[in-house]
Amino acid sequence: MKEFEPKIIAMVCNWCTYTAADLAGTSRLMYPANIRIVRLMCTGMIDQKYILKAFLDGADGVFIGGCHPGDCHYINGNLKAVKRISGVRKLLEQFGFDPARLKLQWIGASEGPEFQRHMTEFVSTVKSMGPNPARDCMIL
Amino acid sequence: MKYEQPAIGVYICHCGMNIAPKVDVENVAAFAAALEHVVVARDYKFMCSSPGQSLIIKDIRERGLNRIIVASCSPRMHEKTFRKACEQAGINPHYLQMANIREQISWVTKDSNDATAKAKDQVAAAVARVVYHAPLTSLEIPVKKSMVVVGGGIAGIQAALTAAEAGYNVHLVEREPSIGGHMAKFDKTFPTLDCAACIMTPKMVEAAQHPDITLHTYSEVASVEGFVGNFKVGIRQKPRYIDASKCTGCGVCTTKCPSKVISEFDQGLTFRKAIYSPFPQAIPNTPVIDRENCLYFTKGRCRACEKFCEAHAIAFDQKEEILTVEAGSIIIATGFQTFDPTPLTQYGYGRYPEVYTSLEFERINNATGPTAGKLLMKNGKPPEKVAIIHCVGSRDSRYHAYCSRVCCMVSMKFAHLVREKTNAEVWEFYIDIRSPGKLYEEFYSRVQEEGVHMVRGRVAEVTDIPENAKNEGRLTVVAENTLTRRILRVPVDMVLLGVGLEPAKGADDIGRMLGVQRDKDGWFNELHAKLAPVKTAMSGIFLAGCCQGPKDIPDTVAQASAAAGEAVSLLAKGTVRTLAEISYIDPDLCSGCKTCIEVCPYTAIGFDEGRRVAVVNEALCKGCGSCAAACPSSAAAIRHFSGRQIMEEMEALLL
Repeated sequence: MKEFEPKIIAMVCNWCTYTAADLAGTSRLMYPANIRIVRLMCTGMIDQKYILKAFLDGADGVFIGGCHPGDCHYINGNLKAVKRISGVRKLLEQFGFDPARLKLQWIGASEGPEFQRHMTEFVSTVKSMGPNPARDCMIL
Repeated sequence: MKYEQPAIGVYICHCGMNIAPKVDVENVAAFAAALEHVVVARDYKFMCSSPGQSLIIKDIRERGLNRIIVASCSPRMHEKTFRKACEQAGINPHYLQMANIREQISWVTKDSNDATAKAKDQVAAAVARVVYHAPLTSLEIPVKKSMVVVGGGIAGIQAALTAAEAGYNVHLVEREPSIGGHMAKFDKTFPTLDCAACIMTPKMVEAAQHPDITLHTYSEVASVEGFVGNFKVGIRQKPRYIDASKCTGCGVCTTKCPSKVISEFDQGLTFRKAIYSPFPQAIPNTPVIDRENCLYFTKGRCRACEKFCEAHAIAFDQKEEILTVEAGSIIIATGFQTFDPTPLTQYGYGRYPEVYTSLEFERINNATGPTAGKLLMKNGKPPEKVAIIHCVGSRDSRYHAYCSRVCCMVSMKFAHLVREKTNAEVWEFYIDIRSPGKLYEEFYSRVQEEGVHMVRGRVAEVTDIPENAKNEGRLTVVAENTLTRRILRVPVDMVLLGVGLEPAKGADDIGRMLGVQRDKDGWFNELHAKLAPVKTAMSGIFLAGCCQGPKDIPDTVAQASAAAGEAVSLLAKGTVRTLAEISYIDPDLCSGCKTCIEVCPYTAIGFDEGRRVAVVNEALCKGCGSCAAACPSSAAAIRHFSGRQIMEEMEALLL
């Protein structure tokens, strides 16, 4: 049987993690192709429903990449994201999703190698968790 | 909402050999051609080249395309290029969406099939998203041709002069009765040993006499409204109780006043009167009456100043006034204050009369100071042995973890001055000597050659218990010389504390009024530590001098000039363009809960009391999306990053 290949949505901030992803590219740092990047201007603009929508649409994992605390381009959007995401985690559990499928990580613009590492790690974590249970329970 | 029936063109770039061999570009183009609304899908060697752009322009014109997808490098690289091409062809530049298939696919994926599959997903997502793009425009807003500089030290004066020389009106606001700040208190400046007053006072005079600078001394910023290019600054003019238009600055009043008050300018080492000018070269030279210590105000009698003032300038009935000025930009130059070493009880400051802070010692050295520039102890005798302690309050996790940058040089300057004036023995106790600056290291060598004892070690204690009878009445400095690993007990007559710098009192209020963030130590945050060191996250507000972090005079002057340059470049352009990708609050959906107003970091959302809805100020909004994520009614949305656009994008990625 073919190995399970998860699909992971990465909602990342334009100013830091997206730039780090570009840097990983420029530095030719390989990582699994399971990541699908959605570029946002700030993690602070992530509505909780985006995360739920991703899981209900069948994403096996959601990665959120923002600026280190204190480095937010918009002063404190990343800190707002922390609060919202911790709220979503509780919701996810109620929906029957393992909250570990949602990961928030600070990756600065110059941290290409960190981007590569976190992508690789998260893909393997999600792989070990198996497919999004919604795939079996719902018509997707 | 779809703005027009979408007709999409998709362009897959080979980027030479960067994308093409890894991603099967023909396959992706064929895949894209089958997507809904796609009219044309092509692949081409270099999309960013002139023929590549022409291809897009030609298709837009000939095939009536109104949405463009370019799958190539990062939008951070070429989004501008392709937006321009769209504009050139006559469609709104925001009808472009890019798929990053180089940095985020071909360069980071091992397997070619995986890369192609991923590229297809990202192209499909871009197509799904672009359908919901809106034609966006930004506004051009005129800029007021004047500025406000907060703080009248060397930073504020330099910034004001630079901007005024460029022909802009500057309002220089200073809370003390005179401009000049800390630099006016100094005696000599390192490393050249220029007399501070000799280089400072001409600048003060120049600022005062400049036709385009309005001085607001003894004044504070009371309120700030508006946004970049159009600030309204309320300046609170505290009453001087003297009619400045009549006062000739003769100073008779200050000699006749019977009240003695501790002089703030001389760091408490001398007395002033209740009617006073802080120092002889004060600008303006109109004195002020210190209401709290004036006999007339406290006890209702005296009026000696009024009796002797030939110009009849005393005005006891003067009231506080609020003046509102318009400004295109604002420069913060609120400076610093020195660390109060009282909590470091082991150094005995405040307990032993011969322990001084560096600022007190500046005054002792100064010709207009308490000893008229003679280096004397409180008993009137010159010291024979002086200890200087570095890093007092700095590089100390209990107080300030940061290095205050100037104290090493200040301390070595003191060592030189002590040697020059008294020939006393000087002992410097340092952690590390930090002398990175033009001619600074040379100054360090010079001081060493002058016979100053340099001891690497943090002082444990300053005590008045003498080692032996011979040193009765002297202080003893106890420290470990960490280079020789020996404990030293050095008897001295005078101890100077190289106190650290901390943000000026009141900087928090200014920060709150202007919406400029401060770091954990209270210094104002620049927009970018390297690439935007004088800008702030608030457009139109700039930083000069120590308010941003400890700095010496050359750095302060350079930064103040830079801040003025940035401010002038904003004013010279004459207009500011608002961002297009900003928040919009749908008044039909808004319930008036004001949640967005609370989360907005730029105070860019106001409330329309008539309609009971929140309204975005387009000039202030930066498009962070805090409001959109927080809005419980989904009334707030960021243009170009709307919920619909993001959801469509994700849905296509997960198909």
